[in-house]
Amino acid sequence: MAQVKITTPLTREAVRNLKAGDSCLISGVIYTARDAAHKRLCELVAQGKELPMDVKDAIIYFVGPTPAKPGQAIGSAGPTTSYRMDAYSPIMIGQGLTGMIGKGKRGPEVVAAMKEHGAVYFGAIGGCGALLSKCIKKAEIVAYEDLGAEAIRRLEVEDFPVIVIIDAEGNNLYESGRAAYLESLK
Amino acid sequence: MRELDAKRITQTVKQLCIDANCYLPGDMKARIEACYAEEKWPQAREILERIMENYNIADQKAQPICQDTGVACVFLKIGQEVHINGDINEAVNEGVRQGYTDGYLRKSVVRDPLDRVNTGDNTPAMIYYELVPGDKVEITVAPKGFGSENMSAIKMLRPSDGLQGVKDFVKQTVENAGPNPCPPIVVGVGIGGTFDKAAYLAKKALMRSVDTPNPKPFYANLEKELLEEINALGIGPQGFGGKTTALAVNIEEFPTHIAGLPVAVNINCHVTRHKTEVL
Repeated sequence: MAQVKITTPLTREAVRNLKAGDSCLISGVIYTARDAAHKRLCELVAQGKELPMDVKDAIIYFVGPTPAKPGQAIGSAGPTTSYRMDAYSPIMIGQGLTGMIGKGKRGPEVVAAMKEHGAVYFGAIGGCGALLSKCIKKAEIVAYEDLGAEAIRRLEVEDFPVIVIIDAEGNNLYESGRAAYLESLK
Repeated sequence: MRELDAKRITQTVKQLCIDANCYLPGDMKARIEACYAEEKWPQAREILERIMENYNIADQKAQPICQDTGVACVFLKIGQEVHINGDINEAVNEGVRQGYTDGYLRKSVVRDPLDRVNTGDNTPAMIYYELVPGDKVEITVAPKGFGSENMSAIKMLRPSDGLQGVKDFVKQTVENAGPNPCPPIVVGVGIGGTFDKAAYLAKKALMRSVDTPNPKPFYANLEKELLEEINALGIGPQGFGGKTTALAVNIEEFPTHIAGLPVAVNINCHVTRHKTEVL
């Protein structure tokens, strides 16, 4: 299993080299957005308006962190379940998004958009918000402060650990990992 | 009649909200460690190591184990010999308000399921009352994350579906959930009662320690059997494959109608949190 260092921006060419099952460490800038923020972003796209952040070659992390305690950059910040963003992700990928970080299954419409445009779906370990927050060095709200935990944040991350769940060819670790395990029992 | 000031309920609920979110119960830690010792699949072992590292960091820093600090489910067992001075619902909600604000916990509740405006203080709590003999008040706070809650299911089986029907439905629910609820999971099962009672029983089952089997040998055995069968599915930690799909299956059962066999499955993640205090 490869261990890949990724520095943002994440170009389409770099995406093509990532394979389902690869362990990656991401450094640079990523953006947070979950349900309510995605709804607003896609409304802006529909209206032909500018987005509050540049999503070209960007990575969106599906997360709603806990509030930072004094002295912390951010509170606990693990991934939320991604399928709730399935209605929105193809639109964001169409806008140039190349990476998503979440957990759980994605629908066929998302995988089709990933294959068409060249995007990758990473998994961070769900339920490990305290551990993952250590890799987030800075966080600032860039839009939708009224949404609280759901506001869009710009995060500066260092060696943020993820695994490629679905690559740009549509290979899926949930299928291959489980099949390989069950095969090992035979 | 014993008198109890509602303010004490507020103080207790506040502290329980904070503690439950930051410190994983000992039974859960022991179970995760036991499963790690048995897990052979390398990727699964690595995930379990990170999970253990995470709850240790949360312990040391008094930081939420998971960013989904949940909707506050508050179970109150109120002794019939206690008189509470003050509005008990408001006392509980005030405790949640203070706990989630002062404890730097995430506010995840919207005021209306369709207009979806955040209430800003994680209220209202989901409150469950039970009247019991005695003069004590037992309060359990269980923050419930929705990644796992969303994977829960209920079905009104036919009596002819019997035990096999129950087992198939529980396993199918876990299979459908796959990686979404952050496995390894805890599976709460409610069997019997009515439509709503079965769902309540499933939630109540998640309040029981993973070390305490159902008191009836038949159901204790069924818990064991279901756990084995779920852990043969191969979903594994985070869904990347492995043995450790579930940490425990807890079943609660109740009498039901001659025409019915309700079954509810309430899924919880590896961050199954609850803390109890008796006043």
